[in-house]
Amino acid sequence: MESTILQLSYLIGSVTFIIGLKMLSHPDSARKGNMVAAVGMTIAILATIFLYEHNGEKLHNFGWIFAGLAVGTIVGTLAAKRVQMTAMPEMVSLFNGMGGACAMLISMVEYNHMQHAGEAAATTGTMLVIVLGMVIGTVSFAGSIIAWGKLNGSIKDRTIPAGQILNFLMMGGVVVLSVMLMTGMASGAAVFYGIAALAALYGVLFVMPIGGADMPVVISLLNSFTGCAAAFGGFLYDNPVMLTGGILVGSAGTILTILMCKAMNRSLKNVLIGSFGAKATGGGGAGGKEQGNYKEISMNDTATLMAYAQKVMIIPGYGLAVAQAQHTCHELEKVLNEKGVEVSYGIHPVAGRMPGHMNVLLAEADVPYEKLLEMEDANDQMGGTNVVLILGANDVVNPAAKEDPSSPIYGMPILEVEKADHVIVNKRSMKPGYAGIENELFFRPKSSMLFGDAKKVLQSLVGELKQM
Amino acid sequence: MDTIISLFNDPASYRLLTIVILSVFLGIEVISRVPSVLHTPLMSGANAIHGVVIIGAIIVMGQAPSDDYVALVLGFLAVILGTLNVVGGFVVTDRMLEMFSKKKKK
Repeated sequence: MESTILQLSYLIGSVTFIIGLKMLSHPDSARKGNMVAAVGMTIAILATIFLYEHNGEKLHNFGWIFAGLAVGTIVGTLAAKRVQMTAMPEMVSLFNGMGGACAMLISMVEYNHMQHAGEAAATTGTMLVIVLGMVIGTVSFAGSIIAWGKLNGSIKDRTIPAGQILNFLMMGGVVVLSVMLMTGMASGAAVFYGIAALAALYGVLFVMPIGGADMPVVISLLNSFTGCAAAFGGFLYDNPVMLTGGILVGSAGTILTILMCKAMNRSLKNVLIGSFGAKATGGGGAGGKEQGNYKEISMNDTATLMAYAQKVMIIPGYGLAVAQAQHTCHELEKVLNEKGVEVSYGIHPVAGRMPGHMNVLLAEADVPYEKLLEMEDANDQMGGTNVVLILGANDVVNPAAKEDPSSPIYGMPILEVEKADHVIVNKRSMKPGYAGIENELFFRPKSSMLFGDAKKVLQSLVGELKQM
Repeated sequence: MDTIISLFNDPASYRLLTIVILSVFLGIEVISRVPSVLHTPLMSGANAIHGVVIIGAIIVMGQAPSDDYVALVLGFLAVILGTLNVVGGFVVTDRMLEMFSKKKKK
């Protein structure tokens, strides 16, 4: 009877994951979908704790289990509630890493367990599942931590000499050692932990050279890795809900990764092999045209230009996010509206650090949904726009993506700001953007630069406008 | 080689493989045609769902003999990390989506 209830709970869990994921892909039902999946997860967890049995034996160590659940819940909730909206991408990456580490630890305990029980207990299939779960979990854990460090700026982009070859060697080492472990040619904890160490190193080196705008793609990919690691756990315990949940995320994550690549018009292979930073220096040298001079514009002139415009389009980028300027930005929009200026926002699908990042941010500041234009609509309206204000966006407006075939971002669709009458670019300095490539837009005749932190600049703009 | 063949003779692995293959197609079907606005929350939601690995951690923890400290400590860590993944994932996703629903009401 109890095992029937357990299986039923797992079935409910699997179904809620499917429904939840489906609902998450529509704006109206997304939040409910998240809830549905969370409820299903809770049911599956509780059923496991109280009803799971193996060879007629129930689980014990309830004290430890509930203590672990409590610690995880408290820390997880606090971290998730406290995190700034701008730091969301790295938070997701960190949580993903935790899942990977969890899969890794499970495999390690099971391996120890198996060693105690004697090698005879280990069938090749079980060993395969344990090793695969461990390898993928470890790669995902190590990679996510690096991605997290990169996004919050504590780890810099670095190209490792002969990194590709090193990566191949390490992956080869993992495969060879795993096969030896499974066929019994090699055995012992040293081999097992050797594989773990190699996998961890691989995870680090795999993410390390990938830089620039590609980080979201990597996180999405690691996300689907963790899904697969969870699914191997499902094989290990013959557990259907782990299997469906894991594989669902594994396949959905892969599709999502490909969709993101498409939004940036880059292939996955390109992202993984061609490291952005390394190529950019080469491209810069080849396309090293004379850059000419850029012109600066004063706060006062900017305010005047905007106040007497009919249509203003704001193009937000990561600069807006770092400066936490979304609220001030909304204020500027309101002041301009009072003066009869029509304001809209042009949102590039990959502006910021993650697709949809800007939408979330501006939504936080209560910017009405209708004012956010997707790239195609924004480009259609660009012609009738008098002033375009670019707030800390760079690569998504770089004309090189259209004009310079040697540029690493060539082919990526961009916001065609030059169709507007005036382009005002707010940046902190002339340094190139996240992808590390020069932007010729800044030197074009229509452009003028407004240097400074996005929030401070917007505050003084609002001040100037109010006095007019 | 024999062990590998025996894998294919086990009816249980076919049941699991069926689930895997169906889930793969389901995952693809469910995700296709998503507006780019929802990419981030969707990734975050999927992130929370693979936290289902916590169930494995609970089983490991619950089966650990009470004198096997290595298993107890590793299992305990696994439960904490898995819970972080699940709870953190769902809460972060909810926070992102909360902002979308707020403006929908207007």
